[in-house]
Amino acid sequence: MGKVGRFGEYGGQYVPETVMNAVHELEAAYDKYKDDPDFIAELKALYRDYAGRPSMLYYADKMTKDLGGAKIYIKREDLNHTGSHKLNNVLGQILLAKRMGKKRIIAETGAGQHGVATATACALFGLECEVYMGAEDCKRQSLNVYRMNLLGAKVTPVASGTSTLKDAINEAMRDWCSNIETTFYCIGSVMGPHPYPTMVRDFQKIISEEIKDQLREREGRLPDCVVACVGGGSNAMGAFYNFIEDKSVRLVGAEAAGRGIDTPDTAATMALGTMGIFHGMKSVFLQDEYGQIAPVYSISAGLDYPGVGPEHTYLRDTGRAEYVPVTDEEAVCAFEYLSKTEGIIPAIESSHAVAAALKIAPAMGKDQILVINLSGRGDKDVYSIARYRGVDLVEE
Amino acid sequence: MKNRIDSCFEQLKAKGEKALITFVTAGDPDMETTEKLVLEMFDKGADIIELGVPFSDPIAEGKTIQLASQRSLRGGTTLDKIFDMVRSLRTKTDKPLLLMMYVNTIFKYGTERFFKNCAELSIDGVIVPDLPFEERDEIQPAADKYGIYNINLVSPTSADRVSMIAKESKGFLYVVSSLGVTGTRSEITTDFSTLLAPLKDFDVPACIGFGISDPEQAKKMSEFSNGVIVGSAIVNKVADNGRDSIPVVGEFVAALKAPLR
Repeated sequence: MGKVGRFGEYGGQYVPETVMNAVHELEAAYDKYKDDPDFIAELKALYRDYAGRPSMLYYADKMTKDLGGAKIYIKREDLNHTGSHKLNNVLGQILLAKRMGKKRIIAETGAGQHGVATATACALFGLECEVYMGAEDCKRQSLNVYRMNLLGAKVTPVASGTSTLKDAINEAMRDWCSNIETTFYCIGSVMGPHPYPTMVRDFQKIISEEIKDQLREREGRLPDCVVACVGGGSNAMGAFYNFIEDKSVRLVGAEAAGRGIDTPDTAATMALGTMGIFHGMKSVFLQDEYGQIAPVYSISAGLDYPGVGPEHTYLRDTGRAEYVPVTDEEAVCAFEYLSKTEGIIPAIESSHAVAAALKIAPAMGKDQILVINLSGRGDKDVYSIARYRGVDLVEE
Repeated sequence: MKNRIDSCFEQLKAKGEKALITFVTAGDPDMETTEKLVLEMFDKGADIIELGVPFSDPIAEGKTIQLASQRSLRGGTTLDKIFDMVRSLRTKTDKPLLLMMYVNTIFKYGTERFFKNCAELSIDGVIVPDLPFEERDEIQPAADKYGIYNINLVSPTSADRVSMIAKESKGFLYVVSSLGVTGTRSEITTDFSTLLAPLKDFDVPACIGFGISDPEQAKKMSEFSNGVIVGSAIVNKVADNGRDSIPVVGEFVAALKAPLR
């Protein structure tokens, strides 16, 4: 195959002819600006003054002592403006959209974190913003829907298919085909047609750059293990990227197993998926024997996606990264654990990474270092965790 | 053996007619009705028929075909059941049949196995809206091996890509009438004379689809092309009339073909 935008055999550009010139235009613009000093300076200034970067690398002393294994550091992407790592990518794409002269931005969102980040950047730059969100997710994350409205974005619920993230992406792609000349599609993860998986990774790789610098300063060394949650895989790609060449660093992605990988209610793409071509890319997907994309389930609206970014699949196949399934129950326990132990309420997505770390860290030596990428904060999830625990929260 | 699509366009040219290509979603409302619809449409003037292979996430389709796909999948349609229906159809008609489908359906079935089956069942071509020209190697070698045409698409945004795509095209070139997804439109405003100007250098027929919903539009679009493709307008009639849609669709197809003769 040997074409552009491939990670091994994965990736590619499987989109309708109508958007081909647009993806080529985006590719050209990204190639032009990614090394442009003005573009980089503007992005860095926004990261510092608007997003609040670098995000803290926090030594979790109580958790370390409690688990009795590796020293645990937490990369606080939850402290990034808008409450997750999503803004890192959005600011990059919106600056690009501005330079390309696009006036209208569309995005898909699952939990709402990418939608909120996109709505935020559009408010900042005075751009029209429409966010597609599964009707089911709108219900689960009504707070984020209202936040996006406050920020001036139009949120369009998508009731087709399973009414979740994949359907929101379908609808965003249809919008893109219809309004290709005016509209920039701001994809929220390391997925979709080339150049998105590469471009989004590049805008997120600042996470691993910072971890590396911060740890060198604090410990004078590399970590032994980096753990991040994986839906499409943007925060994990960002947290892994600068360690890929450092072979001593174990890279672990935590994916959503829902009610368990032995049940149909799961989103564990790496554990159960097979190779396919969907949403513009060749990668692995949860699908039936005829290639119909499977309905997926997780308590986390940000991880219940039936595919995964192509570079992750490549990292898995080459043995560079490993991916472990984490159930709803394990994630909720980790959500409660981190809240009580460190006073940090993690997003339910990020709680999957915490849950994986809870298993990995105790088996590591006391002289070893494990970093958890805490991709987002959990305020948005308090209602659904309460519901999961059978607590009925009613506001007067 | 000569591909039926080529023979079809040669015959139409000799008669001075434009092609009517029609579409139905296979298995909507059931496979038996689809088979009857195909025979009825050929009988009433359709020259080529596209069978839509339903996909769970059809990103190039508007509401009409999305819903038809869902109805079909809920009824248990699979690619193998569609092949079975085509096997039965091939005892009754020798006219050109195409499958319109998403690339994952072919990939997951096994590209080689898929095209081998197509050849055995005398399926003449495939249209894969999410497989752009640059990624055609995904299926082209297997399609060529079995003599199945991979019908290329161009759209109003194709501009400088039209020549590149037309040069490699076989059967016909599917010209997407407007930006966006499938579905009926009240108006089509694309400047076809500019878009399709490069085609004068190539031998491939061009047929316009997406949004053509009545005989008047069909006539207008046929003036820029060698034929028209009608999908959603027919699928709407199937949606409204279910198993009783055969005469309704037949009458509509006859009306669409009349101005193309």
